[in-house]
This record gives sequence, structure tokens and C-alpha cells, in this order.
Amino acid sequence: MKKYYLGIDLGSTTSKAVIIDEKDRIIGRGITNTRSNYEVAAELAKQAAIFNARFHLLQQRLSGIMESRPEYRRYLDDLKDAFQFLQFRERMQQLGKQFRETLPAVASDTQQLQQMEPLLDKIIGEILAETKSDYLEHSLGGESQFFRDIVAERYNARVADLPKQYFEPLMLLFDKSINPVENEILQFDFRELVDEAMGMINDRYAFLADRPEGDRSLNFDAELNLLMGNYRKVSDSLSEHIDKVAKEAFHIANMVGTGYGRALLPFPEDCIKSEILCHAFGAHAVFPNTRTVLDIGGQDTKAIQVDQYGLVTSFHMNDRCAAGCGRYLGYIADELSISLNELGPLALEARKEVNICSTCTVFAGAELRELLNVGEKREDILAGLHRAIVMRAMSLLARSGGVRNEFTFTGGVARNQAVLRYVSDLVRKNYGQDLTINVHTDSIFMGALGGAMFARRSAEGLTTEQLEKNTASEVH
Amino acid sequence: MVLQKEMLARQFRELSMAKETGKKVVYTFVPGNLSELIHAFGMLPVYPEINALQSGMRKKSGGFIRDAEKAGHSEDVCTYVKCDVGMLLNGNIGPTGDKLPAPDLLLLSYTGCFTFMKWFETLDRLYPGVPVAMLHTPYQENGRITREMTDYMVEQLKTEVIPKMEKVSGVKYDETRLAEILEHSAKAEDLITKIFNTTKNKPSPIDGYFAGVYYIGPINAGFRGTPDAVEYYQALYDEIMDRVEKGLGPITPEGVMEEEKFRLVVEGPPNWTSFRNFWKLFYDMGAVVVASSYTKVGGVYDYGFRHDPARPLESLAHYCMNCYTNLNLPQRIDLLAKYITDFQADGFLVNSIKSCNSFSAGQLLMMRQLEERLGVPVGFIESDLVDPRYFSYSNIKNRLDSFFQMLSQRKAIRGEMEAMPA
Repeated sequence: MKKYYLGIDLGSTTSKAVIIDEKDRIIGRGITNTRSNYEVAAELAKQAAIFNARFHLLQQRLSGIMESRPEYRRYLDDLKDAFQFLQFRERMQQLGKQFRETLPAVASDTQQLQQMEPLLDKIIGEILAETKSDYLEHSLGGESQFFRDIVAERYNARVADLPKQYFEPLMLLFDKSINPVENEILQFDFRELVDEAMGMINDRYAFLADRPEGDRSLNFDAELNLLMGNYRKVSDSLSEHIDKVAKEAFHIANMVGTGYGRALLPFPEDCIKSEILCHAFGAHAVFPNTRTVLDIGGQDTKAIQVDQYGLVTSFHMNDRCAAGCGRYLGYIADELSISLNELGPLALEARKEVNICSTCTVFAGAELRELLNVGEKREDILAGLHRAIVMRAMSLLARSGGVRNEFTFTGGVARNQAVLRYVSDLVRKNYGQDLTINVHTDSIFMGALGGAMFARRSAEGLTTEQLEKNTASEVH
Repeated sequence: MVLQKEMLARQFRELSMAKETGKKVVYTFVPGNLSELIHAFGMLPVYPEINALQSGMRKKSGGFIRDAEKAGHSEDVCTYVKCDVGMLLNGNIGPTGDKLPAPDLLLLSYTGCFTFMKWFETLDRLYPGVPVAMLHTPYQENGRITREMTDYMVEQLKTEVIPKMEKVSGVKYDETRLAEILEHSAKAEDLITKIFNTTKNKPSPIDGYFAGVYYIGPINAGFRGTPDAVEYYQALYDEIMDRVEKGLGPITPEGVMEEEKFRLVVEGPPNWTSFRNFWKLFYDMGAVVVASSYTKVGGVYDYGFRHDPARPLESLAHYCMNCYTNLNLPQRIDLLAKYITDFQADGFLVNSIKSCNSFSAGQLLMMRQLEERLGVPVGFIESDLVDPRYFSYSNIKNRLDSFFQMLSQRKAIRGEMEAMPA
């Protein structure tokens, strides 16, 4: 039986899970928003990672075909999205139930209650329909993929369009209902869910194939065009592989929890590791020449120095203030009413950087409004804000002993292109143009990866020699 | 412990009765304190920092600080100062509940901490008319004490400090008397040095920081130069040596530490408001502090300095200039490096206190240099002296968890390396 190892990183904003195999290769990753119930957050991240691992195995089995037949790759991508949507739908239905249970508590009287019921059904129906096409057409794109965020955005938009008297009770209804629904663990059967997802996408291909002659809107999509002709064949030939993958038992031989919520994880004490060690270990595994790690997460920034084995020699964290972390960006995005993912691209459009003085997140919000007021452009202010964040990280790096070659940037914020640009510029300017700067697309998973790797090592009791060999090996 | 409590209670009782007994009271600081000289004039010392830390441990500092801030002291000012000012504003009731007498002399022994000067300017305003004697201790900028520096200090003692003490106490300066007192000082200094060296044993019989701050109480708080202090340190030394013979680890508030897992050297003062919780974060992890710079705040005796009855004023001058916070940064780093090496520490930890300039300036440099020089793992935490608002249990715990895990990881690796055949 194959052995797998699980690392869970319970961060302040997101919870991440990574599953690795016996060679430290990532075979599954899952992410969810951290919620009040940490156990649920950890479980959901783990569930997502296991599903992801099954798809990963499926992809491995199909790698030969996928290279020569692009429609297979497309089919698999569509299948994954439909699979995601079905999980979303299930939770949405739970939310609908919760709405009905909570409704009497927020409606002012029976009459309002009776008026609100059909309104709610309509809203739920519309959200489901909209989200379905967003998932199936891959148009969620830059938006948050978390249930709460997807629903909240669409729900709020619809409630805003209703007559005023419904606004307050409906907003209250959402606030009261979302937490219990979010904190519920829903069990899914992979095989059943995949079958349903296949049915759903097959129907869609059939529908698209039957579209009227004149509709040429999809003609540019070569893969989809290929699929419409032979989706049945593709789906039939996948069935056997899916059977195998669905039956694969994911034996988690050992696991390690990390992140700021680690002490609350339902893990035995020796399976809890500091996030400093995990982030460093993960980053070092992916980029073995790493000597300095900068991790910017939701509410903390860490500057970590590591040795050739990926073991931490010293570290520094922000203490009394979370300005300069992910939450800061979240706050700014809220202030500007745009999504978190739009911030970076917008900042990159700047023609100049407005100087931001505030080191406090809350004051930066006030400063932002003031600057907009005096006519500064949004993108120029954002550029200044991004620079301000990075300046704080630079100071932390300096405190931790500076930057040594190679430098690896991790954490959720590393996905923000503007932050990345300023980090690269300032690190090179201060510590040398020749520095190698590493950023991985999975940068947000480094802590969970490090955790999984510790899990494997502590399970096997490796020696230094092996450790050295392992840390030098590549992680895919 | 019992002996120490008795000594301190007696001291505060004596202070509370000073007006009746006619004894004159001198307010002065711990670093570079001239306790022997004060005793030579039959006067009683009061140490505002010690009152402040005692108020911190007794959960009174929060209110005192609030009152001092109300009176105009900024949030960034040293919290010892604010706690002391707040205590004065609240009737100057000392740690034991007895009212402290007002000073008859403000003796400012200025050793590297600029805040001391501002502190005494404040006391000068709060006690108008009380004479102030200033003793300026030259900083060891070049890492050594020169003849000129010593002469400069002796001159100040002769022309500024002693005349003022004579005037306030009405007692004539008697060098023979001072020499006798200094003899006791040297004995206590010998003993405390031996006590702090017992942590070289494995397991260490005491904690050189959390328990160490209790051990330095008598020598720093006015008993240096008294036979009482010699008796106390002799008894303490005997007790500790008994532990060494039995192979016992340090005593913590929750009993004897069963297994010594980590040996640390700590730089910087402790937090007093959550002292027990702070200590617990260490002993729960099996961490014992084998040496600390803070326990040398009232005098560095590691390199052999002792008060010398043969050269009374000169040795007082040398004592002042040798205080830890009067050493330059390379000297402090050398001392810490010596501790890490001699006491076989697994890690070096800084507790940084932003409002304490004399300690916190240069701590990052110390860390970097020690890490480079010795390859020792280093850690950094932040808290405060006596402002309860600045002790974040969860932040400190989080940093310490990582620090200890880092140490155990390194220990495991080192263990494997040593086990491997050459």
C-alpha cells in the first residue's frame, strides 16, 4: 500500500492542506477560507486535497493521451470545474435550508415572512444558475473561489436591488445563516460526484453541439469543438480510469499541523509544528538553494534564515502590528470595493507611486480616501500602498539578518504581482542584482508542504544523510 | 528564600521608620549604585527601579503607569519611570505596603542610561529642595577603562558626591569605615560569581535568569557591603552545591524541572507583569537559562572585578564603569559569547524592550554577531518591563514555540552528526 503524508497549515485567512507521497512529491493540495471552527477548516482543506489528489492521479494515468489529444485535457478541466460546482450546490442547498429556519427570527411579522420566502427562493435559484455557468465556463477567474465569498457577492447584489424594507432583514438573515453552514462538514463520495459532474458536462456538450447554425460564438474554441463531436467517446474511455482512481485508498501515514491555529487542530501534540519551521522547510524543498525566506501571510510576515538542510537558523516576525500583511490588502480592497485579486494588476498600471505615510492599516484607509479626494489616481495610490507593504517586509528582513542567496518568497501575498515586483526590485537593490529570487505558483502551500514533509520524516526517522539527499530532491 | 524575605522586610521596615529614627534616605539607581558609600554615611538607599519591578509583579504597575500618563508622560517613556512616578502620585506606598520616606538626597549615578537623567529631573521637580548629587560614569566607548576615566570619577566622588553626603547625613567621610564595608562587598561578589557559575553543571541546579533575578535581589538592593549579604550568599551557595551533588535540576514555581532539554543564554530584562507566565513558557519546555546579562545589571564580576578595600574610591569608580549597560557593544557581545561557550548553551534569546534604551539598543547586532561567530541559533521576542499592555502571551508563545522547535531540530541533527563515524 502506498503511503501518503498530510500537512495542514491553518492560517489566519486561509487553511491549506498538502498531500505528498513517499518521495515528497505533491500529489494533492486543497485550500479553504479559515472559519470560526478550525476543525472544519482543516477537514475541508484535507477533503479538497484528497479530491485534488485523485484528479492528479487521473491526470497521471492519462498523461500519454492528454499530450496528443487536447480534448482530453479540456474534458478533465471541465470535469474538475463541474465537480467543484456540485460541491458548491450542495452547500448552497444547505444555506437555503438554513435561511428558511432562520427566517422567522429576522422577519418583522408573518406578512413580511411570507413575502420574503419567494424572494429568497428566487435569489437562491439565480445564484445557482449564475454560479453554474461561471464554473462551467471557467469564468470565476480572478474571483475568490471560497463558498462564502462567491455567495456573498451575488446575494448582496440581489438584495441591493430589492425594495428597501427587505434590506436589513435579508442581510441579517445572511449573517446569521452563513456561519453554521460554513462550519458544517459535508461528506461527498468521489465516484458519485464525478458521475454527476460527467452527466452535467456531457449535457452541456450535447446542448452546445445542437445550438442553432448561426451561433458561431464558440467556434474559436478548438478544444471544445473537438469535444462536442466525441465527448461520449472521451467520457466512456475515462470511466475505467476513474474507477481505479476512485478506489485508490489514501492512506495518510502521518500528518503535521501548522499555522497560527495549529494549537487548536485535533492533532496529537507531536504532530503540531511551528509555521516558521514548516514554511522554511517547504520553501527549501522546492528551491533547495534557498537561504532566506520571506513569507507574507494573512496577518503575519516572517523573515526566516535557513541553512543548507532547510533548518531554521533565525527568524523574525511582525509583532504588534499587522500592517503590511494580507489583511492590509484585504482592507484596502474593501475600501475600494474591488476584489483582492484585482489590486495587484491595478497597481501595476500606475504611472507613479503616491507616497503613503501610514504604517497603520486603518489609517492607511483614511489616507487612501484623502488621496482620492485630492485627485490622485487609484492605481498610483495602490502602487504606493504596495510599496509601503514591501518596505515593512524589507525592514523585517533587515532585522532578521538580511537577504542571502537564494531568496524565496512565499505566502498568499506572493501571488500579488505588484508586491512581487516591489519585493524583487527592493531585494535586488539592497542585497545585490545577482540574487536569485524564487517564487512558486504554489507559494501559498509552502507551510502545508513543509508540514507534510516533517510528517514523513518523523514517521520514518530519517538520518542526516537521507535528510540531505531528500531536501536536495526536486518536488514536482 | 526565607532569609531573603526577612532581609527585605527588615529593609522596608527600616525605611518606613526612617523619619522616627532620623536616618537619612538616598534615592539612587541599581546600575553603578554606591550602596557602600551610602552605608558608610549611615544612610538608607531606595531604588526606584526595584520598586517599579515589585509593583509590576504585584500587578500595581498598570494603574501607576496610567496615572503617570495622565500627568503628561508619553506612551513611549520607560515604564519603570512611569510606574515610579505613578507610585509617588499615589502616596509612595512601597512594595511591602509601608509608606516610603521622601528622599533626603537624590544620588544620580549615571551609567549609560540617558533616561536616568530625565527620571531624576522629574524626581527633582517632585521633591523640590532635595539636593541632587550627580555622578557621571564615562561609557566604555573604547572597551577599556583608562587612568583618566578613573581619575575623573574619583574626582567627582571627592568633590561632588561625598561633600553632599556629608552635608545631608551630618557624618564625616571615614575611609576606614568604607574599606570595611567594601571587604564584605568583595566576599558577596565572590559568592555570587560562584553561584552563577554553578549553571555550568548539567543539569543546571538553578535558572540563571528567572531565579537569578531573585538571587541578585540582596546584592543589588542595598545589601552589598553588609555581613547579611555575605551570610545570605553563603547559605544560597551551600544550598545550590547540595543540589549539584544530588544532580538536581532547577526549582520552578511548579517544582523541580525533571528534564533539562534546552540551555539558553538570555539577553535583556524580563517582563515583570506576567513574570510567572513568562517563566512558565520556558520551564514547560524544559528550558533553563544558564546565563543572562540582566543578572549582571548591578555589576559584572565575571572578569574578576571586586570592590577593593585597599583602593576604596578607585574601586567604586571601576565598579560603576564595569556595569553591564556601561560596556560597549563589542564588550557585551564578548561577554555573551563567553557565556554561550562556557555554559554550553543551545541557543541565545533576546527579550527586547522598546522603552528600555540602555538594553535594547544594539540587540540585533548582538544576535547577528553571535550567530556568525558561534553558529548558535538565536531568537528574538518583545515585551515590556512593567506595562501589562505590552505583554502578549500568544505572540511570545508563538515565537518561543518556533524557537524551541528550531533548537530541538538542530540538536537532533547535531546529535546525528556526532553519532556518525568520522
